[in-house]
Amino acid sequence: MIKNQEYLSEKASYCLDIAKKLGATDSSVVVSNSISESVNFRNKKLDESNRSDNLAIGITTYIGKKKSSISSSNLLKENLDTLIEKCIETTKNTPEDEFNSLPDKDLLAKEVKDLNLYDDAHIKNENKIEYLERLEASASSDKKIVNTESSFTEDKSNFILANSDGFSKGYKSSSFTASSVIVAKDDKSMERDYEYTSKCHLHDINSAEELGKIAAEQTIKKLSPKKIGSEKIAIIFDKRIAKGILSTFAGAISSSAISRGTSFLKDKINQKIFSDEIDIFDKPDILKGLGSRSFDSEGVKTNTLKLVEHGLLKHYLIDTYNGKKLNLKSNGRCGGASNLYFDNGNISYKDLLNSNPRCLYITETIGHGSNIVTGDYSVGATGFLIENGDFKYPINEITIAGNFKDMFKNITLANDLEFKYTTNSPTMMIEGMVVAGK
Amino acid sequence: MSNFFEKSDLSRGDAENIISDTLQKCDDGELYLENSKSESILLDDNKIKNSSYSSDLGFGFRAIANEVVAYSHSNEISKNSLKQSAENLKSTLKSAKGVYNHEIAKSNKRYYENINPIDQKTLNDKIEILNNVNKYLRTKDSNVKQVTANFLGEQKSIEIIRSGGETLTDIRPLIRFNVTVMLEKNGRKETGVYGIGGRNSYDSYLKDDNWKNVCDEALRIASVNLESKPAPAGEMKVVLGPGWPAILIHEAVGHGLEGDFNRKKTSAFHNLMGQKVASESVTIVDDGTIDNRRGSLTIDDEGTPTEKTVLIENGILKNFMQDRLNARLMKTKSTGSGRRENYRHIVLPRMRNTMMLNGNHTQDEMIKSVDKGIFAVSFGGGQVDITSGKFVFNCTEAYEIINGKIGSPIKGATLIGDGPSILKEVSMVGNDMMLDPGIGTCGKAGQGVPVGVAQPSILINKMTVGGTKL
Repeated sequence: MIKNQEYLSEKASYCLDIAKKLGATDSSVVVSNSISESVNFRNKKLDESNRSDNLAIGITTYIGKKKSSISSSNLLKENLDTLIEKCIETTKNTPEDEFNSLPDKDLLAKEVKDLNLYDDAHIKNENKIEYLERLEASASSDKKIVNTESSFTEDKSNFILANSDGFSKGYKSSSFTASSVIVAKDDKSMERDYEYTSKCHLHDINSAEELGKIAAEQTIKKLSPKKIGSEKIAIIFDKRIAKGILSTFAGAISSSAISRGTSFLKDKINQKIFSDEIDIFDKPDILKGLGSRSFDSEGVKTNTLKLVEHGLLKHYLIDTYNGKKLNLKSNGRCGGASNLYFDNGNISYKDLLNSNPRCLYITETIGHGSNIVTGDYSVGATGFLIENGDFKYPINEITIAGNFKDMFKNITLANDLEFKYTTNSPTMMIEGMVVAGK
Repeated sequence: MSNFFEKSDLSRGDAENIISDTLQKCDDGELYLENSKSESILLDDNKIKNSSYSSDLGFGFRAIANEVVAYSHSNEISKNSLKQSAENLKSTLKSAKGVYNHEIAKSNKRYYENINPIDQKTLNDKIEILNNVNKYLRTKDSNVKQVTANFLGEQKSIEIIRSGGETLTDIRPLIRFNVTVMLEKNGRKETGVYGIGGRNSYDSYLKDDNWKNVCDEALRIASVNLESKPAPAGEMKVVLGPGWPAILIHEAVGHGLEGDFNRKKTSAFHNLMGQKVASESVTIVDDGTIDNRRGSLTIDDEGTPTEKTVLIENGILKNFMQDRLNARLMKTKSTGSGRRENYRHIVLPRMRNTMMLNGNHTQDEMIKSVDKGIFAVSFGGGQVDITSGKFVFNCTEAYEIINGKIGSPIKGATLIGDGPSILKEVSMVGNDMMLDPGIGTCGKAGQGVPVGVAQPSILINKMTVGGTKL
């Protein structure tokens, strides 16, 4: 069973008391417990079962403007005493930083909103197995499929965040995730693809049959890929890749990148960085949202932010420390964005595919080719060639490259937004990127 | 050494009984106990931004019957907790009919000292070096706009208890020192990163003010990038410098030679054993036995002593890297490659220090032989799709080669290639093999483990360069 709020609160207040006794002027603590149970299948047979029970505690102590932190998985009092003592010692020996502080009291969350993030349902391993049997049966219908690996994971977690200004709040959350990774083969090639579903509530996840079918279809479609020549061409990003471009944007507007001057979006507030049609929201209070939260990792309340309005950058993602440095108030984004998404565009998915006589549809990228200092982007890619709206043939061993400053201004979005991940985007087209191939 | 049972209601005898009872009808399995202590001290934006310490304690209990792995972990080392894990394993493996394999290789060799690097240098000394790094770089070049420097130190104690009570232990030190510098000139920003480290004390890497060399290298890379032009796009010849660029080997062939992917036949290499997969000048080994290297291990995370495994010899595929599970199912021996990030994770076959050995060409010969191509000196990260065999890595320092001469630096570009065919495109192997500076972390299935790479300069006949200049 997951540890309850009382247990976690008791540990948290114990730590705050000890820290104060040992000389901390301020302190904050987070205590969490998570239990995860998963079952993996491979080629229609049980392959692995995994149970994990994680306790964790993180303590930050302040002496004036000096700060240090410790973390541990051992919550025995004796261990906590030793660690906090060590933390205080380190704090004393760490140089002052004028911007170190707990969050402003008036910004702290007053309540924990009921966002319906926890489902008490427990799905036994037998039932996970039954789901995976159906999934893999559905995924293995074609004889080109040579390997299937699927898993079902149930996660439950609970936490308390407390600080010496009297804040002490936390809540439970859950997630149920099923995924399927398929390998297909023909005489020319072997390819892999996947599909997955993850929800806070058990009954919201996709059916096993549907998941298996999609994973298998996507994989078979990739067989016998060709390599194309190098050229400038319009690129359509599947939703699962488009969301990554939004994540890079979030990284570039984080207050730490801005205050350190290491972002290509520094000093761009109220400037046009996207085309007029683009709106970007970060909405923390979506019911059952995978990124939903009542407050950020410092306890600061989080409201919905329209980060980009008609292409203009309106907000950075600000935490307390970097906010103070930038002379801005925290907007409750310590730890990053919540449910971040591009609002829907004006044209349908079909019209987007048809908007150029020839374009590339990218379903997977590999490599770490996003540089938020310069905005340069260059990654390996896999996808399909599209002609007159039709998928012609699969493509691989190419790279796509550009610079985000130009790419952002050339984004066109379809109107097919759905909330499948924490960060979400409709299908996206960017014109004017360079493909390197043969 | 850690005494995992000292403050617990669970005695060693109790634990041994539970382990033997749980694993009696299993083919393999063990209790893995781990106690790790780590620190991170970070200077950023002219200040000590973070000083943190972490202690992590826990166990992972694993039972294997035929192909099925049951795993349960917890950070409470208690009778109750271990019993609960045992129940969990038994319920997954109800119908197990295995015979426990007690055989495990032994060795007395150690590849690093039993030290705790964190305690060997005071916090004030570490802070002083970080402040000196900041001052040194900002004084040296007025274009320096940002400096980040950090120390990471760790000591990990592990104990493996197998059915029947056989116990194997290891204590692993690991440190890393990293410097990142950002330059700004005429509105253009570029960064340079360099780091050093391994399984030894901080001072063994930092003696004689060696931190200055790390700063100089980071600054040099950033300065080169400030002058860089857009990279070309398309297929061309590529010369790779020695040392760290061997992450090409790691991505292009290393992952594809891990036992699990080959047992499952999902690797592009699974049916190529004994066949020619590279040009004759190519020999690649994965070596866990080099003293104090980041990827070295005295024993792996299943207790098997590590070794030097020949993967490809004169172009012929010789061995895969194996943990116990995949070795048993493929009817071969573990190569001491069973690794896990920590007790929260299952064991997987992983790389240690992956190295391409020397050939007999010089880098100069390679450059001179290229009419149009690029010379790649340093990389950020890489990634591979082991099924299709396609891999990428990102250049952080590269130059164009025109008519046999090194030209202007080019912007960071991704290079993409095909693992099984790239080694056949290696037309010259240099005589200048170098180890990387000790900074690599390899990710697989959500688990990061420290690794090393090494190679001499090599010439690749054809690779796709992902630039923007057509």
